[in-house]
Amino acid sequence: MQCDHCGERPAAIHLTQIVNNSVTTLHLCEACAAEKGVQTGASVAKFPLSDFLASMGKGAAGSLPATTDDTPCGFCGATLKDFRDAGRLGCPHCYASFETHLRDLLRRLHGSSQHVGEVYLPPEAAAAVGIAPPRGNQLGELRDQLRRAVEAENFELAAELRDRIRVLDDH
Amino acid sequence: MTIDLSLLPDGGISWADASGPDGHIVLSTRIRLARNLQGTAFTIRARDEDRERIREQVIGAGREIKSLADAAVFRVDGLDRADRQLLYERHLISKELAGLEAGGAVRPGAALVLGGDLGVMVNEEDHLRMQSLHSGFALQRAYATLERLDGELGARLPFAFHPEFGYLTACPTNAGTGLRASVLIHLPGLVLTKEIAKVLQGLSQVGLTFRGLYGEGSEVVGNFFQLSNQTTLGKSEEELLDHLGKIVRQVIDYEEQARRVLLRDAPSVIEDKVWRAYGLLRYARSLSFEETMNLLSGVRLGVGLNLINDLGVYTLNKLMIFAQPAHLAYVAGRPLADPDLAIARATFVRRSLEEEAGRMRPQAS
Repeated sequence: MQCDHCGERPAAIHLTQIVNNSVTTLHLCEACAAEKGVQTGASVAKFPLSDFLASMGKGAAGSLPATTDDTPCGFCGATLKDFRDAGRLGCPHCYASFETHLRDLLRRLHGSSQHVGEVYLPPEAAAAVGIAPPRGNQLGELRDQLRRAVEAENFELAAELRDRIRVLDDH
Repeated sequence: MTIDLSLLPDGGISWADASGPDGHIVLSTRIRLARNLQGTAFTIRARDEDRERIREQVIGAGREIKSLADAAVFRVDGLDRADRQLLYERHLISKELAGLEAGGAVRPGAALVLGGDLGVMVNEEDHLRMQSLHSGFALQRAYATLERLDGELGARLPFAFHPEFGYLTACPTNAGTGLRASVLIHLPGLVLTKEIAKVLQGLSQVGLTFRGLYGEGSEVVGNFFQLSNQTTLGKSEEELLDHLGKIVRQVIDYEEQARRVLLRDAPSVIEDKVWRAYGLLRYARSLSFEETMNLLSGVRLGVGLNLINDLGVYTLNKLMIFAQPAHLAYVAGRPLADPDLAIARATFVRRSLEEEAGRMRPQAS
């Protein structure tokens, strides 16, 4: 089977999506899949942090103007070079200071940069609604999870999520 | 200053009591959540006074929470090396927090808050590493208590959170959920049938990873493997746990299958291997840690296959803990180095097995 996108290389990744209740399946080669930001478990596993950090010096980050490496985080003063040397960021603000680089890195490491887990309620918000507050966007999150579970044909998890959505819907 | 181990909640080893589900194959389940406080540099870049403030904030918040109200608080930076090693050998703190890494020193501000099966490492790589440690294969149970603790501490401490990237951590490999769940599993059947390489290779293809007995960077000894999720972002906590749980269940099935094959195709070889291991542990006068772990693996397999009866898995788990250097020194009441250490280890193992031998009726049919 050829890739639906380029029509040249053999399709290696079969992406099933559900949009407006209709199922579409895309057959992509590895190169086109990577271009579309689709990461497979195997390609994620092939990208340990140390390799990525090493490649930052030679690859895409290496071609950036040298000053990029020296621009420090406005809060803690750490630079991308510090990160490359230590493998650790300086402070939470580094994620905003080096956002583009980190989004790319997170996608390579995890296959995604979008957090879909529990949403944090800071102390003042938690205090306003009691100590164990309902999670802000819980229903929306659960629906997203349900969609992904169905896509992955994980019906056991899907059934569990559907039950939880029903309980929340009833309130 | 020396820690009185009897003061630790449950002696700090309830996770090893073999009472949990699938206790014959799975030793323990651990889940940790990495969290950092807003407006402060991550631990490694923070100043001593920042780390001290964080420690006070976390300890203070812990006192207001029921599950940590009676917790033991250890100022790890005030403990001598032997005590730090004791906590490390009990899997209660990491090698980094214990300051036991090569060329490493204990970090000012390092602390452990320990309440039963819940603990918080303070000023590890992240400001907080909350963890829940349970006996056997118990992912959901371990997460239920940890999720509550996360909510309670998060309502009192301002955690660093980003709408896109989730919980922000010093190392981007932990960002998002900050959740790492690991299951410590004993796989002698897969090792003996040489199927283990295939299984471990399969793990990496489904986004999981394996480590040795003490977690990251540690060697595999005694056929114990820690299986855990590799990614922490892009999937919800439930999805991460569900995925790991399903794969671990499969690995348990493979292991049981391998054990059945061994018993069917080479019963006398297995029986000999198991009893030889028992014999060496029971009568040897000098044992290295690695040899002890390998022999304990053989005996544990024998107990799992009902070749050895009346020897509790808990006893074997306790031997694994007490065969380590700091525990042997603690029992001896003095620092020990080889060859005394290897002699003390053999003596401790021999006596423990003798104590159980009264109840033991070896039937080598």
